[in-house]
Amino acid sequence: MSKPEAVKEPSMEMQKAMIARNYDAITSKHETGRKVSSTFVPGNLNELLMCFDIVNNLPEINAIQAGMRKASGGYIMEAEKSGHSEDVCTYVKADIGQMSKGNIAPNGKPYPNPDVLMLSYTGCYTFMKWFELLREEYKCPTLMLHVPYEGDGHSTKNMRDYIVKQLKEVVIPGLEQVSGVKFDIDRLRQYLRNSAKAEDNLVWCLEQGKKKPSPIDAYFGGVYYIGPIFTAFRGTEDAVTYYEMLRKEVQNRVDAKQGPLTPEGTYFNDQKYRLIVEGPPNWTNFREFWKMFYDEGAVVVASSYTKVGGLYDQGFRHDPDNPLESLADYCLGCYTNLNLPTRVDLLAKYVEEYEADGLLINSIKSCNSFSAGQLMIMKEVERRTGRPGAFIETDLVDPRYFSAANVKNRLESYFQMIEQKRRGGGSKTVAA
Amino acid sequence: MRCFIGIDLGSTTTKAVVMDENLQVMGRGITNSRSNYDTAAAVSKQEALIDTRLTLFRRALSNVSEVSGQVDGILSDLERNFRHVQFLEQLDDLEQTCVANIKGPRFAGREKAVIEALEGTFSRLRDSSAKQYAPGVKRKSDFFRDLAGAEFMSHGEAVCKEAGLGFDLILNVYDKSIIEVENRPPAGDMEGKFVRALEKGTMTGSSILKPVQEALAIPLEETYVVGTGYGRVRLPFPKEHIRSEILCHGLGAHMMYPDTRTVLDIGGQDTKGIQVDPVGIVENFQMNDRCAAGCGRYLGYIADEMNMGLHELGPLAMNSTKQVRINSTCTVFAGAELRDRLALGEKREDILAGLHRAIILRAMSILSRAGGVKDQFTFTGGVAKNEAAVRELRKLIKENYGDVTINIDPDSIYTGALGGATFAVRAVVN
Ligand code: SF4
Repeated sequence: MSKPEAVKEPSMEMQKAMIARNYDAITSKHETGRKVSSTFVPGNLNELLMCFDIVNNLPEINAIQAGMRKASGGYIMEAEKSGHSEDVCTYVKADIGQMSKGNIAPNGKPYPNPDVLMLSYTGCYTFMKWFELLREEYKCPTLMLHVPYEGDGHSTKNMRDYIVKQLKEVVIPGLEQVSGVKFDIDRLRQYLRNSAKAEDNLVWCLEQGKKKPSPIDAYFGGVYYIGPIFTAFRGTEDAVTYYEMLRKEVQNRVDAKQGPLTPEGTYFNDQKYRLIVEGPPNWTNFREFWKMFYDEGAVVVASSYTKVGGLYDQGFRHDPDNPLESLADYCLGCYTNLNLPTRVDLLAKYVEEYEADGLLINSIKSCNSFSAGQLMIMKEVERRTGRPGAFIETDLVDPRYFSAANVKNRLESYFQMIEQKRRGGGSKTVAA
Repeated sequence: MRCFIGIDLGSTTTKAVVMDENLQVMGRGITNSRSNYDTAAAVSKQEALIDTRLTLFRRALSNVSEVSGQVDGILSDLERNFRHVQFLEQLDDLEQTCVANIKGPRFAGREKAVIEALEGTFSRLRDSSAKQYAPGVKRKSDFFRDLAGAEFMSHGEAVCKEAGLGFDLILNVYDKSIIEVENRPPAGDMEGKFVRALEKGTMTGSSILKPVQEALAIPLEETYVVGTGYGRVRLPFPKEHIRSEILCHGLGAHMMYPDTRTVLDIGGQDTKGIQVDPVGIVENFQMNDRCAAGCGRYLGYIADEMNMGLHELGPLAMNSTKQVRINSTCTVFAGAELRDRLALGEKREDILAGLHRAIILRAMSILSRAGGVKDQFTFTGGVAKNEAAVRELRKLIKENYGDVTINIDPDSIYTGALGGATFAVRAVVN
């Protein structure tokens, strides 16, 4: 028996159709003659790739899709059979395992070999090793854009120039060569204009989390909201339309003083706890995980995961007037490229600005990039805001690492802890 | 009397605590969790209410000058007789259930003989039960199944032999019936049973009778019940009556030791490090991830591996003279390491000492993630009963955190239920 589908809003239907079209574009490359690149979400150069008519394939997203379809477990085992350790990022293993199992895309057709690996390095070393593995497999060129780490929390002109130089000298010529298309900066400007429009609407939607009740869930719902902009659609007309549509939906809920929809199709209005969440979600048990929150009345009003592909709410926009520079700034400001103090600042700010009850961290077992230092982050945010934090542990797409009883236990304890703190204790009064 | 009850439904045992509105603990009850959580909750609650009655008797008798110095004796006599009455009642239930279960082709034509054999067996069981409940006799178990089972075997065999009937026939009905009876909470009417127990007793002098009867007349009014523990979601309670065991353990530890700031609970399935504030509110906690390695279950596994009882591990480890280093707290790896060390000729006690250390090291890591150990520190959960684990813990706490006060309460198994009962009081009294 198959589970009932999550209840979908019109924007979700539109996104679903967009994703399906992209998979069709990828898997029909031999018929259309279009080139395909593989690239990562954080710091991706979608608008630039579009300038060369290159279709964008994202192995991380494919791993997420496999996780949500409950296929990742088998892929991971497959990768482990070929020697990958249990501790390796499970996105990688889901991707590698999928290859050895026929490499079938969600539309049932095989993925074609990529023509280029577009690697923008933004903080995770796994990216490099992952693409080394893919390069071995596909024997295709790898274009590396190196993004300097913001070690002291700031980017400098020097860093930006360094990226622009690479774009000019390595990435753009490389893409021209792979695609046979000549680079046209005006085309890029037009795409960036579209991006900025979509980004404005996305930010507006995310910031509605400040309302009570919150008309959005900025984590479980948020992963849908960021879908188009973080993947193969930033810069497209589709994305512009999508975010206009999304904005209207959110506006309607604001007007009706309604919360977001749950997968069960009910409006989540009875919001008892407002949380900030740090860390990616678990995908294999996504709905079960989500339910643990809304069942207890916990809504996520802001999250850092919705910033992995760009910190738009902090003011950044793609800029048609400074196209290459803004691509550089975009890559520099990705969440994965921030140092720990900057992450603490951001999360503490969210707790205050979104009037949250506290910070919840979902620490991902196989993601060192996100997870290192999270306990420090939690304690520091707790100290600064005076609001309680909590820590749960799951994994991205490894179903073996989701213990429902354990997670639920911690979540319920956390919510009850918040409740208890709100009441200001009780033993003082009782003991009297 | 208004009763506030906390029930902690654990994976192996279920505990209940009854409190009055002044936060005084009136009674405690424990039972095995069985597979039926509803029954386990009902039984533990009933046990705690029985214990509450005994507390009330104690209070009543403490005002009677004639019996000063004898109250303990009187109460244990009363309890013994009460348990006997209860046992006989369950025995009747078992007999009726057995008779009702004589069905099917296997018994065809032999029903009458089997019933007679059962009657004979139960009548002997009733007679011999008096011995089990005689003054000064230490009962082998608190559970009906254990007490009735052994006797049933010996009497049943004898009766069947005399009647020329196969013992397996009545054994078969017994096996079926005992589960049914066990999953039925003993009938209520606790007061009636106490009255009968009083009649059975030898000390019915009016100086005792009157205060006891008065105490018996105090109604025990179930005002609010809070459930906690791993099985809490299975409890037939509305949501607001359910509290997470992390909060209950924190608050329970605070009730036992008001100055405690850090609590470590190593239970069967998980290990938790909890920080509480001066009024018992949880400030922070950490627990093991999906893997239960290093928890009580790990010790159980080691015990099986060594062919020993769980309770024997600690004492044996205490005899160690040198510690063998065990690196793995993973149940699977630990088994392999253990066999490996044995093969190398290491002594069992030394290996066990190493295993206990490995568990505590893991607990230390959870504690440090939760923010370290502050004065006072309270250790709860099943493993707190294990002297070897406690010894390692004391050593490591001292090494890492210096001289902090370490509390271990003999009733620590009730910590979660105690916290639950306290929440129950707060829900109503606040
Ligand atoms: S950031 Fe984490 S999840 Fe993403 S590739 Fe790196 S290790 Fe994997």
